[in-house]
Amino acid sequence: MSDLNGAANGAANGNGGGAVNGNGGAGGPLALSLVPKTDTKQTMKDFKTDQEVRWCPGCGDYAILAAVQSFLPELGLRRENITFVSGIGCSSRFPYYMNTYGFHSIHGRAPAIATGLATSRPDLSVWVVTGDGDALSIGGNHLIHALRRNVNLKILLFNNRIYGLTKGQYSPTSETGKITKSTPMGSLDAPFNPLSLAIGAEGTFVARTIDSDRKHLQSVLRAAAQHRGTALVEIYQNCNIFNDGAFDPLKDPSVRDDITIRLEDGQPIVFGADGQKALRRTPGGSFEVVDTADVAASEIAVHDASNPDPSQAFALSRLDSPAFEHTPIGIFRNVDRPSYDELMRAQLDEAAEPQGKGDLAGLLASGDTWRVD
Amino acid sequence: MTKQVQQLDRVIIRFAGDSGDGMQLTGDRFTQETAAFGNDLSTLPNFPAEIRAPAGTLPGVSSFQLHFADHDILTPGDAPNVLVAMNPAALKANLGDLPRGADLIVNTDEFSKRNLAKVGYETSPVEDESLSEYRVHALPLTSMTVKALEDFDISKKDAERAKNMFALGLLSWLYHRPTEGTVAFLERKFAKKPEIMKANIAAFQAGWSYGETTEAFSVQYEIKPADHEPGLYRNITGNTALAYGLVAAGERSGLPVFLGSYPITPASDILHELSKHKRFGVRTFQAEDEIAAVGAALGASFGGSLGVTTTSGPGIALKSETIGLAVATELPLLVIDVQRAGPSTGLPTKTEQADLMQAMYGRNGEAPVPVVAPRSPSDCFDAALEAARIAVKYRTPVILLSDGYLANGSEPWNIPSVDSLPVIEPAFAEPDQEDFQPFKRDPETLARPWAVPGTPGLEHRIGGLEKADGSGNISYDPANHDLMVRLRQAKVDGIAGDVTPLEVDDPSGEARVLVLGWGGTYGAISAAVRRVRKAGGKIAQAHLRHLNPFPANTEAVLRSYDKVVVPEINLGQLALLLRGRFLIDVVGYNRVRGLPFKAEELAGVIQDVIDSE
Repeated sequence: MSDLNGAANGAANGNGGGAVNGNGGAGGPLALSLVPKTDTKQTMKDFKTDQEVRWCPGCGDYAILAAVQSFLPELGLRRENITFVSGIGCSSRFPYYMNTYGFHSIHGRAPAIATGLATSRPDLSVWVVTGDGDALSIGGNHLIHALRRNVNLKILLFNNRIYGLTKGQYSPTSETGKITKSTPMGSLDAPFNPLSLAIGAEGTFVARTIDSDRKHLQSVLRAAAQHRGTALVEIYQNCNIFNDGAFDPLKDPSVRDDITIRLEDGQPIVFGADGQKALRRTPGGSFEVVDTADVAASEIAVHDASNPDPSQAFALSRLDSPAFEHTPIGIFRNVDRPSYDELMRAQLDEAAEPQGKGDLAGLLASGDTWRVD
Repeated sequence: MTKQVQQLDRVIIRFAGDSGDGMQLTGDRFTQETAAFGNDLSTLPNFPAEIRAPAGTLPGVSSFQLHFADHDILTPGDAPNVLVAMNPAALKANLGDLPRGADLIVNTDEFSKRNLAKVGYETSPVEDESLSEYRVHALPLTSMTVKALEDFDISKKDAERAKNMFALGLLSWLYHRPTEGTVAFLERKFAKKPEIMKANIAAFQAGWSYGETTEAFSVQYEIKPADHEPGLYRNITGNTALAYGLVAAGERSGLPVFLGSYPITPASDILHELSKHKRFGVRTFQAEDEIAAVGAALGASFGGSLGVTTTSGPGIALKSETIGLAVATELPLLVIDVQRAGPSTGLPTKTEQADLMQAMYGRNGEAPVPVVAPRSPSDCFDAALEAARIAVKYRTPVILLSDGYLANGSEPWNIPSVDSLPVIEPAFAEPDQEDFQPFKRDPETLARPWAVPGTPGLEHRIGGLEKADGSGNISYDPANHDLMVRLRQAKVDGIAGDVTPLEVDDPSGEARVLVLGWGGTYGAISAAVRRVRKAGGKIAQAHLRHLNPFPANTEAVLRSYDKVVVPEINLGQLALLLRGRFLIDVVGYNRVRGLPFKAEELAGVIQDVIDSE
């Protein structure tokens, strides 16, 4: 255990109080600074396992797996210091296909299990792979608490708006009225908007991307990996068996540019094939779509992901609708706040500082004692 | 005036009052004085689940019983010799337990018409004939306290609140207790409120002086120190001992302790205690729920910590799926269940032993988990170390069954030297093994390697799906599943040979009846056994620390007696296990009242079985 302790102690010493102050801006250097780097060059192949991938042919999960496997080498982390933790569901098979450490756990509980791991091991890059049922239904409680604590986790939420592994019941992100095996007359539930939920739960990094857009997906993963604390990445993922075409408007070349709002920090929010549309803040605080030509440049909203006030990010998250009139993708919110493990380490250091490390004999004999001769 | 001093060998005092009267604190201070004096002792706090039930009502009564003696004692005592009743409700709720001739100290200031009516007394029992069987000391404790504090710059309410210190001072005088500890305690407790501090100390001293000068008490009692083994002692509750045991397990294994916990009575004090010991690198995580608490602990275990979760019965119900995952992934995990009366919310502050079946079988599938139970408050320390030893050595979750009585009860503890504590060897998997197999077992223990993230060359995936023997890859093979089910069971069964054999205490060597208990009933059963033997009965006694697996010699021990009596605070859960396992028809004795057994009742039960031979 000595080397593990060494890693944990070194980490604690390395950061001390400075860690808690933060350094502003998106994703401080702390996020991965405690994770050992590799000196050998890695390729996508290094992250593949010998296990046969068993998703349905055509599943969006394949694209995400390939995107993750081909992106990880650029982080340059030692493979043994990366861990994938998942819950239950189609997406949660993900760890079996990653040649890192992995833990396929219980339905909904991955954020809780990963919290224990990430909090006790700052030298690991911990990723959670979950789905819309896993994260938002059975595991909703753990998700929101991981977010508010800002545990050092990167949560990939594969949202296909359906239950796949149990063969096609509606999920907490299914549109109201969804006809499924369990809702032959249509579902009654109003869906969750995962990003609105995450922002409301004090999430510090909240993003959305799409399985089929590898370049965008990887750009979001890159930022998420570097983020200090919890990063929630919603990935629109197609289930071609039970909910095929759920995100087609965002993939259809004839319309996608007109409805997809690609958020870029510090840039005016314009979209459309020729940038002909833009977003303007309404007096009520929401966003409205305007023609770029009709408004002054100063009226066009500028994306500000690092704004501590979450109301703009929240307003952006509300633009998404099941009908895909306008769907922002990218990083909605990216603010700096100490991560949970940093804060816990700082307390351990603070407690040990005045008298040094604990002395067991002293502890056992603390309080009122008496001697019998 | 000179008081007569009478020698006693043991005394049982019960302090009872409204839950706002500070009876737990009073009892705790008297206990510390008694411990410092060197008596042997055992305590039983008894309080309602409500923080403040309506004042003066029966549900609001809180009490603290203390048994102390000049010899080795085993229980907090069956019936008090002295009852301090701070109000009519406390009198009414406790009078039934008081034997004839007992001393009764009553705070008459609280015996107003209104307070009497609240509990259904038409006339004051202090004034009518109804207490004639007792030696009644009717004292206006509140007004005497207020009078003693006249000169202090505090509110009348604060002065009245110090009445428990007046009572403590009086009792301390009556039983010759040393007072320095309580004065020092009050100085610490009220360090930021000097006037309140001085007032409480003054009330305490006034109580003492009242005893010294009043004619109401003509006799002072003396109980000589007990003949303890040499050593350094302290008084300790079960929950504190358990927390210390966990810190010790971390130190003796070199593993950082990670506690995931959600507040629940009567286990929360372990979380409180451990959260003070960050100096030892102990991480405490107050989770969003019971499931997250055990999940985080298991995640920490996966990362090479000593993962621990603490809870009570309802929490175990929520954690069962994760305990099953720990069985499947074969990771060390300590699950502490401080049992309370159930089912459901039950009686949160009362004790019970009814979670044994839940610990044994409360999971889906064949999911064997070792179960360990401490026998006394201080034994919680050793039991925690033993549970950690098994968990780490065998890569398995272990359930430790404490209970509400052990958790809050206390006794003197001969503090062990650190060097005498067992060393726990984590034996992590060595890095860079060729063809590493995460489920290849140690041939002797059947334990799998513990390969933690960060170890190069051992990257692997684990989970709740069935794993192929050896490689740990997902396997749906029928024969492999049957094999893995049997391997996991055999691993746990094999622990039977690695635990202390069941010891039998039978001084006569001629007993034909064995009384067998487990967990927190040890004190009451042992006290009953003493009584039976004192009356000439021949009885053998044994007590199980390991409930799963049973020690290897258990069947042989049971078979060597004509009858086996098994007292349990449940409806016969150990009895069912013994019958199922060994086809031995044990005689159960079962009472489920939320309270520990009384030695007297058990002695009667044991004698009846002996007589029926």
